[in-house]
This record gives sequence, structure tokens and C-alpha cells, in this order.
Amino acid sequence: MTLHIGFPTALIYYSHFPFWQGYFNRLGVEIVTSPPTTRTILDDGAREAVADACIPIKLYHGHVLTLKDKVDALFIPRMVRINRRATFCPKFLGLPDMVRATLTGLPPIIDLQVDAGRGLLGLWPTCRGLAELLGFSLGTAWPAYREGNKHQRAYEELLRKGYLPLQAMARLRGEAVEAPSRQPGALNLAVLGYPYQVYDDYISLDIIGKLQKMRANIMTMEMLPPRRLFQLSSRLPKRLFWHFSNLVIGATYHYLQQGDIDGIIHVTAFGCGPDAMVDKLMELDVRGISQGKVAYMSLSIDEQTGDAGVTTRLEAFVDMLHQRRENR
Amino acid sequence: MKKVSFAHMGYSYLGFKQLVEDMGFAAIVPPSPSPATLDRGVQYAPEFACIPFKMVLGTYLEVLEQGAEIIITSGGVGPCRAGLYGMLHEKILRNLGFDFEIFVFDPPLTGLWRFYSKLRRVVRGAGLSWPAFVDVVRRAWAKLKLLDALEQLASNTRPYELKRGETTRTFHDCLKIVDQARNLKEIASARQECQQLLQNIPRDPGRHPLKIGIVGEIYVMLEPFMNLEIEKTLGEMGVVTHRSIYLTQYTATDVLAHGTMDVRQLAYPYLNQFVGGHGQNSVGETILYARNGFDGVVQVAPFTCIPEIVAKSILPRVSQDFRIPVLSLTIDEQTGRAGVETRLEAFIDLLRERREQMEARPYAALLPGY
Ligand code: SF4
Repeated sequence: MTLHIGFPTALIYYSHFPFWQGYFNRLGVEIVTSPPTTRTILDDGAREAVADACIPIKLYHGHVLTLKDKVDALFIPRMVRINRRATFCPKFLGLPDMVRATLTGLPPIIDLQVDAGRGLLGLWPTCRGLAELLGFSLGTAWPAYREGNKHQRAYEELLRKGYLPLQAMARLRGEAVEAPSRQPGALNLAVLGYPYQVYDDYISLDIIGKLQKMRANIMTMEMLPPRRLFQLSSRLPKRLFWHFSNLVIGATYHYLQQGDIDGIIHVTAFGCGPDAMVDKLMELDVRGISQGKVAYMSLSIDEQTGDAGVTTRLEAFVDMLHQRRENR
Repeated sequence: MKKVSFAHMGYSYLGFKQLVEDMGFAAIVPPSPSPATLDRGVQYAPEFACIPFKMVLGTYLEVLEQGAEIIITSGGVGPCRAGLYGMLHEKILRNLGFDFEIFVFDPPLTGLWRFYSKLRRVVRGAGLSWPAFVDVVRRAWAKLKLLDALEQLASNTRPYELKRGETTRTFHDCLKIVDQARNLKEIASARQECQQLLQNIPRDPGRHPLKIGIVGEIYVMLEPFMNLEIEKTLGEMGVVTHRSIYLTQYTATDVLAHGTMDVRQLAYPYLNQFVGGHGQNSVGETILYARNGFDGVVQVAPFTCIPEIVAKSILPRVSQDFRIPVLSLTIDEQTGRAGVETRLEAFIDLLRERREQMEARPYAALLPGY
């Protein structure tokens, strides 16, 4: 009988799922993901999780709930570091503990630590631990690890070519999707934020889709090589502590340098701790560095944020940018 | 003479005032935080910054307007945001047009050289020799330790006082005495005098006060204005409080006979990872309080404080397993005193009831059939 392991479609799903998909598949373990977010999933999560948590964390609890009776174990790795430069938000660090303390009736949780801060081995120590835990030999684990890396590289390449995460994953599954092409003359907007907030169509209220319908070219931080983003993020007097935050800040600086960007939209979760800082830094630096040439908008989202309100704000922003172009 | 200032955190300002003055600077003592300070901070701070960030920003605005030229503060290593606050405070204040120097001291172990060179600039600026500087630090440290000891003594006295409010009044007299004491000898005799004053408060030794441990984020725990004077409020409701953090930490290690390391170890089964700030400590300390026979624990946490949110989501489980009631208070600029007092009263009623039930139990076992 194959082992079924649950992988919630939230948080690191959008940045690291292909690796784990490749790894587990090669081992012969079946990965079960939760369905795309719905109102019910979000409501369930919000009811169970601690009230002050941000929407992505509440949502994660909801996704765990949809999986708990369908799988033999849940994979909730403790994301500490995936490179030497930064750790994850403390809520990622405590994620398995929060889930365990909050939800009842869960299958066993595999909460191995991902801490690639020291060695050059990346995710291998975690993979080795997993193999030991699940009873696979190291001889089986190594090719699986390589397979995972292969998937992840293919995924990231697609992202850099302009595919959005969900499209890239569909593409990896063999579906015939194409990356949106850049339209000459259209507005160029950078939509920046944490992948689990920006690419979950439900909790992002499909901001990217909406903007595309308004005929804007969308740039994201995934389209840029992370190495470059980290380099740029070290322009701050003190580098931020958190992985995704550095990527967002780095992307801000990159797009400011690029010169053909009309506006930057920061998508952030209501009450997000790191973003309280990131957002202010972005606001000050976008204004300061571009000297007012690039417009900035920050959209903060919680469970109550309405679709209509977001549409109105986006429309107003886009209209304003069109006018600016004409006046130039 | 350069004018130097620093953040206001509980009563530690007396120690820092001495430090700065002994170094030969003019100290701009930050005014006690008030609603006005907070308002100003809120105005310029990001909406979801935690309340300590806003309060400290408000304080900086006030001291800069009073002419402070140098601000000295502490940094951090993360992943708690506080480690980056110096940088963002500076950016916001410069953007408002203030001109000043800020020295953010990260823990020396994260960069010994950087720590040293910053320190050297400060010490050189003061025109002090290193041995003289060491002396200055020793005096300030002695004062900080004394302040912590007095605060603890006051918390232990308050629930027994016959006249409500007397302990707090005496404690404030003590602060004045401590402020006057400048060298080690004077600080030692201030200790004698203040301890005597607090011990002389008329009290009713027959009371059996409840014992509540306070855990949470350091700034809201140490700054009475921030926690709506939780220790005074609880004390006057007849509760002995013990705070898990004192600035000089000595009580935490002496009274509970455990260092931070053990506290973290206690937390392992529930939170097996350092999450920054005092998140892991809050979990471990709750267990420690349960083991030491405390009646309950209050967690004070700023709204949006990440490590404390992690702790808060775990504490209900700890509370169940160790049978110790835990009350989590989340504090932001809207938190009102009345609301907090009502919640504390309800919590205390619950604790009293529990205690009575527990005290009744042994008799029930002794006299079966009644
Ligand atoms: S970074 Fe922000 S949105 Fe992400 S988990 Fe942490 S607090 Fe939530």
C-alpha cells in the first residue's frame, strides 16, 4: 500500500512544492494536496487558528483540516533557513507547533526542520531524515533528492520566463499553458508580496487576474533571479531577517532601477509582522529613489476584504497611472 | 556638551540617565510615556508595527524636540522585528527632517568588531578612558539591579498592604532616593533605606494572596504605562505577581532558580524552535510557573507581535496539560484600562474559585460520607 502524505496548498506550496513533489514521487510516496482555497476552507481555518494570526496562517490551518482525514501523515516542515542569508518569519518557525497545539484529531505530523543555513547541502539533510523516518534507504533517497532538485529548477526557470506559479505548475504537469506575453504600450506594474499571499487566487482576490484584465503587464519577484534580489536587499543598512521579505525588498529595488515601471503594488496580509517594516521601507524608498516617478500602492488583505473594494482601488490606481502617462 | 537620549522602558531610565551623565553627556531623560507620546508615534509609524515600536518612535520625537543629538538604543538578531527597529526609526525620523546620530547596539556576539567600534566612538566622544568607562557601567548596572529588586519587593508587598495604594506611593518615594544615589556606596545605602521603607508598610500577614506569573514581550511587560499597570492593579486586587523578565534578569534566575536555557528546554515539547523575542520563553515560563505552584499566568503581548502570537496559539494546550489557567492580553493603542481591569477581575475570580475547590478536596478525602 502506498503511503499518502498531505501537503497543504498554502504557504511554502507556492515556492517549494515542486521539489517535494519530485522527491516524494520518486520515493513512491503519494503526495496529496488540498483543493484550492474556498470560503469554507478559509472560514474553518479562521475559526480554529489563534485570532491575531495573519490570513495566510489561518488559511494554512484550514487547508490542514481538509487533509487530515485523507492522509496517513501531514508534511509540515519547519522552515528555518534555505540559505545562509535569512530565516523565515517566526510563524513559519513555529508552524508545526502551532498546528499541533491548535487542531485536534490530526494524523502524525512530519515536522522535520529545513535548515540549510550552514552547509552546502541544501535540502539533503532534511531529505535524509525523511528517508530514515519513512524507512527508505539512503540509496533510494539520493536519486529522489536529485529528482526534487530537477523539478524545482525546471519550476524556477518557468517562473523566470514569466509564468505565474500556478501556471508553471500546470505546465510541469504537462498542460499546455503559455506565459502571458508583454504588451507594448500597456502599463507595467510590479505586483510584489509573499507568494502564498499573492498567488492564492482566493485570498489575493485575484489581483493579478484583475490587473491583466485591465490590460497591464505584470512583473513579479519570481521573474528575477533570487541571487540578484538578495544582493539588492543588502543595500539596506541592515539586511532584513526574513527570507521572503528580502526578496520583496530586492525586487522593489530592481524594478525601481529598471526604469520602465509605472507602479508598484504591494500585496500584504492584514497584521503581518514583517510587512509592517517592509511596507514602510518600500513606501519611503519608492518615493525617495524614483523621486515620485513610480507610484506605490499597498493593499492589505484580511478575511473581510471585499472583492468590490479591491477592484475599485485597482481601477483608480490604473486610471491614475494612465493619466500620468498622458501628462508626461 | 552633547545631549544624549534613549528609549524609556519601565524604571530603567534612572539607570540610563546615570550612565549617560557619568559619561559626561547631558542626558535628555525621556518623559514618561503618555497617551500623547503614543499618539505621535502612531501618526508616523506603520499601522501594523507593534505598540513598542510606536511608543519608542513617539519618545524619540519628544526627545529630539527637546534637543537630543544622540540616541543610544539596542538592536537584535531577529527573527523578531525589534532587531530592525533602530534602522526604521532612523529612516522615518530622517524623513521628517530630524538631524541626529543614532547608535544601535546589536548583541556583541553577532559582530564583536562592529560592537567594539561603535562603543569606541561613543566612549571617545565622551572623552573617557576605558577603565573609567568600566566604572561608569558598573555604577549604572548596580542601579538597574537595585531598581529591579525594589520593583519585585513592591509586588510582593502590595497584596498585604493595609492602606490601598501605600506601596505604590512608597515605591515612588524610593525612586527619588535611588535617583539621588550616585556612587556605589550611595547606591548601597539607598538599597538599605528603600528596603526598610517598603518593609515598614503596615500589612496584614494573615492574607493568602493568589500568585500570578506574568509572561510575554519585554517592553509591554516592563513599561507600566503599556501594560496598564498590571502589577499594581493585580497587587491591589490582592495578588502577588512575579514577572518573568527583569532587566537585569537576576530575579528570574534567583527566585525561580533557573536560567533562560532551562526555560527554553521546558518549552521543547510544545515549541521546539527559537522563534525570536520571548515567544519560546513565554511557553517555558508558563510551565515553570505551573510547576512552582502559581495559581495562574497572564501573557501580555503587543498586537501583531509575531513571537507572542506563536506562543499564544500554543499556550491553551500548555494550560490544559499543566492545569494552570492562562489569560492572554493583547495590547494595542486602543486597549482601554477598564476593559483590562474587567478581564483581570474575572480571571481572579476564576482563580479564587479553583483554589477553594482545591483546598476543599483534602477534607473531602479525610471525611468520607459528608
Ligand atoms: S510573513 Fe507575514 S503573512 Fe507571512 S506568515 Fe509571517 S506574519 Fe504571516
